[in-house]
Amino acid sequence: MMAPMTPATDKPDVATFQEGLWKDNPVFTMLLGLCPALAVSNTAINSLAMGLASTFVLLGSSTLISLLRHAIPKQVRIASYIIIIATFVTVVDYTIHAVSLELYNALGAFIQLIVVNCIILGRAEAYGSKYPPLKTLVNSLGMGVGFTMALLAVGGVREILGFGSFFGIPLFGSSFQPWAVFILPPGGFIVLSLWLFLFAWIKQRKEKVHAA
Amino acid sequence: MQPDSHIFLFLNAFLINNFVLALFLGLCPFLGVSGKIKTAWPMGLAVTFVMLVASVCAYGINMLLVHFDIEYLRLISYIAVIASAVQLVEMTIKKFSPTLFRMLGIFLPLITTNCAILGMALFQTFNEYNFTQSLVYSLGAGAGFMLALVLMAGLREKLELAFVPDACTSAATGLMLAGLLSLAFMGFAGLGG
Repeated sequence: MMAPMTPATDKPDVATFQEGLWKDNPVFTMLLGLCPALAVSNTAINSLAMGLASTFVLLGSSTLISLLRHAIPKQVRIASYIIIIATFVTVVDYTIHAVSLELYNALGAFIQLIVVNCIILGRAEAYGSKYPPLKTLVNSLGMGVGFTMALLAVGGVREILGFGSFFGIPLFGSSFQPWAVFILPPGGFIVLSLWLFLFAWIKQRKEKVHAA
Repeated sequence: MQPDSHIFLFLNAFLINNFVLALFLGLCPFLGVSGKIKTAWPMGLAVTFVMLVASVCAYGINMLLVHFDIEYLRLISYIAVIASAVQLVEMTIKKFSPTLFRMLGIFLPLITTNCAILGMALFQTFNEYNFTQSLVYSLGAGAGFMLALVLMAGLREKLELAFVPDACTSAATGLMLAGLLSLAFMGFAGLGG
């Protein structure tokens, strides 16, 4: 998918890392991994945890797949990728369960659902199966950071408007009336939609300036 | 209604906690295949079928895993079963309706990574539903997915003819519509007590 946009060298460079941050941001540009991005992003701290957990799985699985890329037969590659990803997710699931029960309960089934996050399988297919480990690692790191940023952008707005706080720190006085709708499911859709509007609008303005 | 009655379980998965609009599961096909009502129906049916198969298999597998005390393999075995079920559906559709097969395109094999299906299998395990409860729950979840998909497709067909500003990309308007639908579905929250 993404391969033609990157230079064909095997050496990782800055562009390899940056790709996931803005130009091909998984959530805002490619609209991948939306389920966890909306489901657990009702507070900033949940978003951060989800982003970090997904990044870890992404790094681990795509690097391992890249190491094994000559050993996995083409016909069964998707099944093999999913098994590798599921293994890493099981590790993350048990780790979070052991470290913070509170966080585990807040994220619920969505930790296990990292398995079916299309970003991870997409990276494995587009990068891990083609490039050497180091380059894959750098690219996955960029994607992971981009995903975490997007989650924070959605979760931050939802927490500020829905709870009147950011990372649990109250921002407004007691007179603030929280907008409960932003913590509820509709808020997730609406906030992400507004971000997309904003980016599309900025892009359009830039194009107009260039044309003038 | 009793909270564990079959009707309540069905309504719960179908409307109250609709998989797409309240639990955010299966958003990729929801936004990807909801362009036309004509493709939304079969996609919903395919997902419902895979859900039923996955539900039965997940129930059996979970019993085995618990019996041998190897629950940590749950995720891996579930996803393997779902992938095989999807393969089955894909072959069936390809055989009986090549047109439909082309229309659904990449989204058919992607049912494997549809989180609604894995989510359903995990929820039925967490909630310790028995066999019939699992079946009813998965049927409700599938029907709910289909309902959301068809509603969304209807709205999008109307939107084709509407005037929207240039900055409103189809993804952004789609999400906004989903937000409004989701708001409407919140109204079911008190259903069934």
